[in-house]
Amino acid sequence: MRFKNVFSIIGPSMVGPSSSHTAGAVRIGLIARQLLGTEPVSVKIALYGSFAETYWGHGTDLALAGGLLGYATDDSRVAEALEEAERRGIEITFVKGVGLAPHPNAAKLELKDADGRTAQVVGASIGGGTVMIHEMNGFDVRCSGEYPTIVVLHRDRPGVIASLTAVLGASDTNIGYMGVDRKGRSAEAMTVMELDSVPNRSLLEALRRIDDVIEVTVINLSSREAKDE
Amino acid sequence: MRFRTLKELAAISLNEGKTLAEVMIEDQAAETGVPREEIVAQMADYYEKMKEAVRRGLTEQTVSRSGLSGGDAVKVLDLAENGTPSSGDPSSRAMAYALAVSEVNASMGRIIATPTAGSCGIIPGVFVSSQERFGWSDEHMVNGLFAAGAIGYVIANNSFISGAEGGCQAEVGSAIGMAAGALVELRGGSAEQAMHAVGLALKNTLGLICDPVAGLVEIPCIVRNGLGAVNALAAADMGLAGVRSAIPSDEVVSVMLEVGAAMPSGHRETGQGGLAQTPTGRKLTEGLMKGRKPLEPEAEEAAAPVGEGAE
Repeated sequence: MRFKNVFSIIGPSMVGPSSSHTAGAVRIGLIARQLLGTEPVSVKIALYGSFAETYWGHGTDLALAGGLLGYATDDSRVAEALEEAERRGIEITFVKGVGLAPHPNAAKLELKDADGRTAQVVGASIGGGTVMIHEMNGFDVRCSGEYPTIVVLHRDRPGVIASLTAVLGASDTNIGYMGVDRKGRSAEAMTVMELDSVPNRSLLEALRRIDDVIEVTVINLSSREAKDE
Repeated sequence: MRFRTLKELAAISLNEGKTLAEVMIEDQAAETGVPREEIVAQMADYYEKMKEAVRRGLTEQTVSRSGLSGGDAVKVLDLAENGTPSSGDPSSRAMAYALAVSEVNASMGRIIATPTAGSCGIIPGVFVSSQERFGWSDEHMVNGLFAAGAIGYVIANNSFISGAEGGCQAEVGSAIGMAAGALVELRGGSAEQAMHAVGLALKNTLGLICDPVAGLVEIPCIVRNGLGAVNALAAADMGLAGVRSAIPSDEVVSVMLEVGAAMPSGHRETGQGGLAQTPTGRKLTEGLMKGRKPLEPEAEEAAAPVGEGAE
């Protein structure tokens, strides 16, 4: 079943005009911001396919900027997002993506924050506001943003993934989807896990204490909060 | 969900003596693990936002970012209130309300995608005008949205709901079917009558192409929402009158899939065919592009992302 629940038919609540070119674009921007974990100071956005051809009329540029500012799909401030980004000193530049994209409606975002930390996301808007992230920080991993998602940067060593899943299992947290990619043997790796519940702080701290785990980031587009500690 | 087809949905409703709305709420709760009250509260919030979009579209000056659309909802409302609409007062109000929501959408206002932003006017147009006319409670209307959602869920999973995949029949057509079936239930019709209304409505939009000028959700999308709301009222009336869809509704849904799959890409939301490529459609597009610098291609050293499924 491609559409899993009633709110993928009635919904999302969004500012117009297009569920794929506007609402989906907000979500891609928001996922990129959450992956960076802080407010970006500069963002380079490459638009592909139909995003590049029709972004202006659909406000895809405003929508991506709105997501980068932390707005939801139905935040009425999306229409003024580029001005607000300028006020906050966030430099956003748009270019036309070159080469193959993962989907006709796709964007690549490269973010940098004030401390020089970077994040990179390649995302596609696949219809009705639903998105699919195809790449994060150069790793070939997927996430939809439909579920609370944990993104773990770790060293590529035996047993790391078992430790991650053991910690989640011990806290009664179910994994709905999991993907792993590495830069090379024994180099850095990324594990992405979509969960059925929002991870709380003690769970995240337990994950960060695992040997060879470098960084743990949470992506959560829903308004649902973490269950009690 | 326990149902994959409209026939199964109607059978559960009949066997368990529950409305389509009740079946949808129960299955949604079971599927997602979210408590029933939260699910109903979210839908109630969506209905409030639909009413707000109708109000905004009828009272505020909405102009799209492109400048191509806006102001038609007010004209139709004026005819409904001060003139003699050929389609009658209820139809012209539903039409005005649907146009209003689609104009709000084009102006980057807040709407609920039903099932998409391109078809977001039809369900609010039918629901809000019918609520005023029949004096229904908000709770009743929220139930109606679950009924519409159940019908849309079947259509979406057996065919499609996006113009890029299946043409306008998939967006506006689906929304009309959802609104028609839900209205039958709201007015006290049976699940079977509701399903016939869905099939009757869908038959009338089979083959409708998605051909927006400049690829924007404006021409002809807004007008199709206005006319779609009237179609939904008419299909609901046929269902309530006992008219049956001789071809079962699930089979009509499968024809939508067949026709959409065979549709050339120029007629699936690319702006490369249909009304978008008429002499006037092209002129409007050129006017929008004038003075607008195309995006610079990204620098060579930035490697392009490569993924599967590229077109």
